[in-house]
Amino acid sequence: MSAPLIIFFVLAALAVIGAVSLILQKHPIHSALSLIVVMVALAGLYLLMGAEFVAAVQIIVYGGAIMVLFVLVIMLLNAGEEERTDFSKLAKFGGLPLALALTGLLAATMTTHGASVPNPETAGALAPTGQISNLLFTTFVYPFELTSFLILVAIMGALVLAQREKS
Amino acid sequence: MVPTQYYLILSAILFGLGVVAFVFRRNIITIFMSIELMLNAVNLSFVAFSQAMPATSGHKLDGQIFVLFVIVVAAAEAAVGLGIIILTARNRQSLNVERVNLLKL
Repeated sequence: MSAPLIIFFVLAALAVIGAVSLILQKHPIHSALSLIVVMVALAGLYLLMGAEFVAAVQIIVYGGAIMVLFVLVIMLLNAGEEERTDFSKLAKFGGLPLALALTGLLAATMTTHGASVPNPETAGALAPTGQISNLLFTTFVYPFELTSFLILVAIMGALVLAQREKS
Repeated sequence: MVPTQYYLILSAILFGLGVVAFVFRRNIITIFMSIELMLNAVNLSFVAFSQAMPATSGHKLDGQIFVLFVIVVAAAEAAVGLGIIILTARNRQSLNVERVNLLKL
């Protein structure tokens, strides 16, 4: 077993354990910490695939900014343990089998149709960040500029939603 | 070298776990986190396909660009969504989605 394969299985196990822990934890703050484990493991996988810039952005934006926002809201709302209420019958009996069926279907489709996907020929070659920025500012410049509008709208939306009502 | 399909299967598993969390959790914040988990699973398959793309095609890095856009949209979504969550918690005095039932018959 080669070194990249071992690293892959360690990180994959870490990600799956984190995701399962997100489901099983009762307290939302524990779920948030589990999600951070998943995101860091995924950043490691991106590095393994040679996507160094995406890995850095994953840690900074996902593991940093977004999760800090989540933890902040959990603390702001003083969220306690989740209260148990009865599931609807559909979720109780159909939820798990249907989710398993979805996962199986996705995995089966990926493996059968992905069989033609070639495996990368060079191991550990890093994607040049300069090329990414070149693409971002030439081919993808319109979507890139549109994201600035999106963020502007999101900022205004968050402000309008979260402000206290003036009586 | 890790075969591309391993990444795709891991991506499918993570997406399935995200769906399970979305269906079975009652806390609105945890449900929101499971959405982020599903977005991450999709990002993983994007990067895997990008890595598998032959360099001669000229589109090798497109998948990574898509991931960057997905991350931007996820950040915007998190900001607005958490604003909505704060508003809901303030109005309903609860984070349980079962209590958000004004439109229910």
